[in-house]
Amino acid sequence: MRTKRIAYPYILWMIIFIVVPLGLILLYSFTTGDGDIRNIQFTLDNFKKFLDPRYIDVLWRSISLALKSTVITLVLGYPMAMIISKENIKKRNVMILLFVIPMWMNFLLRTYAWLTLLGKNGFINYILTKLGLEPLNLIYNDGAVLLGMVYNFLPFMVLPIYSVLIKIDKSLIEAAEDLGAGKMKVFTKIIFPLSIPGIITGITMVFMPAVSTFVISRLLGGGQYMLIGNLIEQQFLGTGDWHFGSAISIIMMIIILITMAITSKFDKDNEGGGRLW
Amino acid sequence: MVSKGIKKIYTFLIFLFLYAPIIVLIVFSFNNSKSRGVWNGFTLKWYVELFKNEEILMALYYTLIIAILSSVLSTIIGTFAAIGIYGMPGISKKVVLNLNYLPVLNPDIVTAVSLMTLFRFINVEFGFLTMLLSHITFSIPYVILSILPKLKQMNKHLAEAAMDLGATPFYALRKVVIPEIMPGIISGALIAFTLSIDDFVISFFNKGPGVTNLSITIFSMARRGINPVINALSTLMFVSLLILLLIINSKSSNKIGERGDII
Repeated sequence: MRTKRIAYPYILWMIIFIVVPLGLILLYSFTTGDGDIRNIQFTLDNFKKFLDPRYIDVLWRSISLALKSTVITLVLGYPMAMIISKENIKKRNVMILLFVIPMWMNFLLRTYAWLTLLGKNGFINYILTKLGLEPLNLIYNDGAVLLGMVYNFLPFMVLPIYSVLIKIDKSLIEAAEDLGAGKMKVFTKIIFPLSIPGIITGITMVFMPAVSTFVISRLLGGGQYMLIGNLIEQQFLGTGDWHFGSAISIIMMIIILITMAITSKFDKDNEGGGRLW
Repeated sequence: MVSKGIKKIYTFLIFLFLYAPIIVLIVFSFNNSKSRGVWNGFTLKWYVELFKNEEILMALYYTLIIAILSSVLSTIIGTFAAIGIYGMPGISKKVVLNLNYLPVLNPDIVTAVSLMTLFRFINVEFGFLTMLLSHITFSIPYVILSILPKLKQMNKHLAEAAMDLGATPFYALRKVVIPEIMPGIISGALIAFTLSIDDFVISFFNKGPGVTNLSITIFSMARRGINPVINALSTLMFVSLLILLLIINSKSSNKIGERGDII
């Protein structure tokens, strides 16, 4: 059957809305000008500008925060995925649903609600003072942004690990137990290695949005808190330097590509449908 | 057993963490005081005010209309695209699939600014159309990715058999292929709808004057303080969603398992 022709409209769509826009970003990143396509000049200045310690600091902070939130979501999420996967099917589905439901509430609003909990007169400090403790400064700092990231991206770590865990062949575990493996050994030799594709998906699904977010840092980090996402937003909507903004976007894309390359090295089973999650 | 107790406590703490801000939202939608953090007695006034607040109602209208339009259109385009891509020969299939992955792999802020650059470049006026186009663009890849596995599972000879029996290709597509891949189409449409309704970044860069969605309204409110009316609206949306889910769950408690994996 010659069905391939019905994909042509989308191929056209892709060229217009995916290829051309990225080409434009690439073009902008290597040029300067007043926005008029006829007056542009090729240059590497936009990338050189990024080497300024100020921007390198922002880049470093973004990457380290994203790494931290990836590690924390993995440490918190893996046991959770394990616990859910061991429940019976009915309870399991309810628990997964409970993980998904928060994602259907506006994430800005959920993130903003943390201000009520963390704020100076917030709920946590209220309890602390009732207990006779000093109120803490919980907001507009690294910790608050990190918490926001972990909060928002935890389901993206739990769901892919869970979906891999439930597919593990139970007879493998039974066989190991029959052969005398203890609980720890079953985990390190069977369950964990088999769940690596899920972990890889989880890591990419948390790291990517974490490194590029500008909303969480804006809401929970206060106005002056800069991550690379905020930098891009500022260049495009604030200062209007689209050439520099494009260069930062390209740098961010490269970081993501490198991360993908590293993680896919550990992922032998690339074909699995676990990509979406 | 001790470890069972630890598991229960752990599960409770994780869910508490996930739901704490939602509980706060719901509780404060009944708060008499406008400021967050101060409880000042029970009231329903924010729910009344919600229906008078034009800014928020307009944002809700645009959120819903764009989510519906973009999920319908991206599902239609994506379904045909998936069937077409599936029938492609090796190399072009690989190229198209990789291009299709780009918006999924790219950080949404990069997709957002690249689309913004395109619209500015070809001088389109920012507004409803740019927002809708950008939502469709980032939804289609997810639709395709949820349909492709179903195509792989389908028996290749089904459509051929139908055509041998005299069906036109279009008839075979409509009567054989589409029903076979329907679960993928439905989950693709649901993903597209969810992505669109919750989107902030893409909309933020591709919105126009007068056209905002809820996320953008909330973002701009965050600076001057969120109007509790928003809390009331989210509570209503949350409750209606919960009821909808409970109905689906009770009607097909075994089917949701499959779907729960995807969404």
